Amino acid sequence: MPNQPGSVWVIAEKSREKIAEVTLELLGKAREIAARRGSPLTTAVLPGKDADLSAAELIAHGADQVILIEDPRLEPYQNDTCALVLEELIKRHRPEIVLFGASYRGSELSATVAARLQTGLSAHCIDLKVDDRKGLVQVVPAFGGIVYSEILCPEARPQMASVKPGVFSKPARDAARTGTVLKEKATVLEGYQSPLKAVRVVQRQPPELPLEKAETIVVGGWGVGPDMWDYLEQIAGELEGAVGCTRPALDEGWTRGEHTMIGTSGKTVRPRVYMGFGVSGSAHHVVGMKDSGIVINVNNDPEAPVFQVSDYSVIADAGVILPVLLEKIKEHKGI
Amino acid sequence: MNIAVCVKPVPDPGHYNRITINPETKLLDRKGIPVIINPVDKNAIEAALQLKEQFGGKVVLVSMAPPDAGEILKEALAMGVDEAYLLSDRAFAGSDTLATAKILAAGLKKIGQLDLILTGSESADSGTNHVPSQLGELLGLPHLNHITELSLELPVLKMKAKIENGYVEYEGSLPMVLGVAREINTPRYTTLMGVVMAQKKPFTIWGLNDLGLDPAGTGLSGSPTQPGDLLFPRHGRKAEILEGEPEAVAGKIVAILRGAGVLP
Repeated sequence: MPNQPGSVWVIAEKSREKIAEVTLELLGKAREIAARRGSPLTTAVLPGKDADLSAAELIAHGADQVILIEDPRLEPYQNDTCALVLEELIKRHRPEIVLFGASYRGSELSATVAARLQTGLSAHCIDLKVDDRKGLVQVVPAFGGIVYSEILCPEARPQMASVKPGVFSKPARDAARTGTVLKEKATVLEGYQSPLKAVRVVQRQPPELPLEKAETIVVGGWGVGPDMWDYLEQIAGELEGAVGCTRPALDEGWTRGEHTMIGTSGKTVRPRVYMGFGVSGSAHHVVGMKDSGIVINVNNDPEAPVFQVSDYSVIADAGVILPVLLEKIKEHKGI
Repeated sequence: MNIAVCVKPVPDPGHYNRITINPETKLLDRKGIPVIINPVDKNAIEAALQLKEQFGGKVVLVSMAPPDAGEILKEALAMGVDEAYLLSDRAFAGSDTLATAKILAAGLKKIGQLDLILTGSESADSGTNHVPSQLGELLGLPHLNHITELSLELPVLKMKAKIENGYVEYEGSLPMVLGVAREINTPRYTTLMGVVMAQKKPFTIWGLNDLGLDPAGTGLSGSPTQPGDLLFPRHGRKAEILEGEPEAVAGKIVAILRGAGVLP
C-alpha cells in the first residue's frame, strides 16, 4: 500500500522521544486532504527509534501506513543523513503531497529535500486545501501577514509544504484505528561519510505551561514597558495561563525569551482567551493569534490595528489597567 | 580566506502596515516603502567581517535583485565588504526559493575560490528560510541553517545551530554554506569613512548570459512553485469597546473571563 503513488505523506518529527505535537496536528489536516483525494495517508518516521510506540500513536491520529526507518546511522539526528534517506524514500514511493512540521529541523529538511528533488516547497502555511484544478493550495502569509498568498506547484512532484505548530488542531485519538507498519533500514547511507558531526545536543526543558497549551494567554507589547511587565506574569498566574509577547517587547528584553513570542517568526496560538496589553497589532503578530477564542485588547491608541482583530477593546494605558485588573481578579477569587 | 555573503533587499518590515492592495489590479502597492538590506543578512555580513579580521582574505557580497538595488548594496560595502556582485536580469523576476538558489549558486561559482558562504537564515518579506539549505545543495557543499555561534579553529569549523528550546553543536570544515540567526552578533554601523570608501569599491553586475543560465530555468518559468491568488485577511471580530473608569473596565473584563470559563 505505501507503494501506491499519489498518497499523502506527513514526515513525522520527534520531540524528546515522543511524536511531536505538530506531526499529530498535520495528520488531522492530511486526513482531510487524503479523504478528498481518495488516497491513503502515510507517515514516515526518521529516525524510528522506539518505533512501535510511535507507529501506534500515528495510526491512532489518522495514518493508514507508517514507514519506520530504524537505523543507528540516523543517530544523532543530522539534516544531511535524514535528507538522503527521505529523498530515496520519496523517489521510490512517489507520494503526491509531502507535509512537514515547520520546526527548525523540519524547515531545513524540507528545503534540502525539495532542492534534491527539484520540486516546489512552501513554508509556514496557514491553510492547505485541495482543488481539482489547482492541486494542493498552500496559503502562506507574505509581508509579515499583511496579505496571504496562495502557492501552487503545478508540475513538479511531490507538492511539498511546511506548517508551524499550532496552526491546525490536533485530531482526536482513536485507539481503534488500524494501519500497516513498514520497517526499513537506511541502506542509502551505506558508505556515506557525513561532512558534519553533531557533537552535542542541548535542549532545555520546555516551560511548564507552553503557550500552545495555555487556555489563557496574557500578551504584552511595547506599550506595557519594563516596569509594568510583572503584572502580566501575575495576572497570567492568577488565571493559570501563560504570558506571551510581541517582537518589540522581546527585543527590549522584558520577556522570558523567544519561545514566548507570538507571530510569523514565533508561535502560533489559539487560546480560549487572548488578552493583550500595549500590543499594536502588526500583521506579523496577528498571523500568530488570529484564531484565538475571545480576544481582548488594551491600548491607548484608538487607531491601533489590534482593535480590528479584537472582540473587546479598551482604549486606555496598559499600565493603568494592569494593576486594577489584577486586584479585581484577586478580589473575585476571594484572595 | 574568501567569504561570500548573500543578501536580499527587502521592503522595510517597519512599514509593512503601510502596504496596500489595489482593489482592481489586485497588486500590492509598495510605493513609498523604503527598501533595506534584509535585517538578518546584516548579521551574516558582520560574521564575515569578523572572520576576515581574524584570518585575512576578503569578503564579497552577492545579491539577486533589480538593477536599482545598487544603492542599497553600497551600504554593505560601507560596512567593510570588499566587493559586490549584483545578479540582475529581467529573466530572474518571479524566482521562487529554488530558482533564487540556482541563480545565486551560478554567481558564486563564477566568483569561485570561496571558503565560506554566509547568508541570513530567512528574509523579512517572504520568510521561508529555504535558501541557505537549497544553496548548499545546489553548490554541492555541506550546509546548516539558524547558526547562533560560529568559530573557526583551523581546520575545524565549530557551529551552534538553533533547535526548539535549545541548540546543537556541530563540527565541520570549509567550504560550507551557513544561514545565520540574528543572535549570532550585532551588526556594525557604517562610518562616514566607510561610505566614502564604498564608492570606489568594485561593483559588478551580471545578467543571465554572464552566468550562463538558461532563461527557462530561472525566474517564474524556472520556479516549481507558482503564485496563486492573493487573499486578504478578514478577521471579523465584533470590536465592542469597553468604556468607563479603570475599575469598571476591570470588572467588565472579569465578567468576560468568567463567561469564557477561565475564571471561576
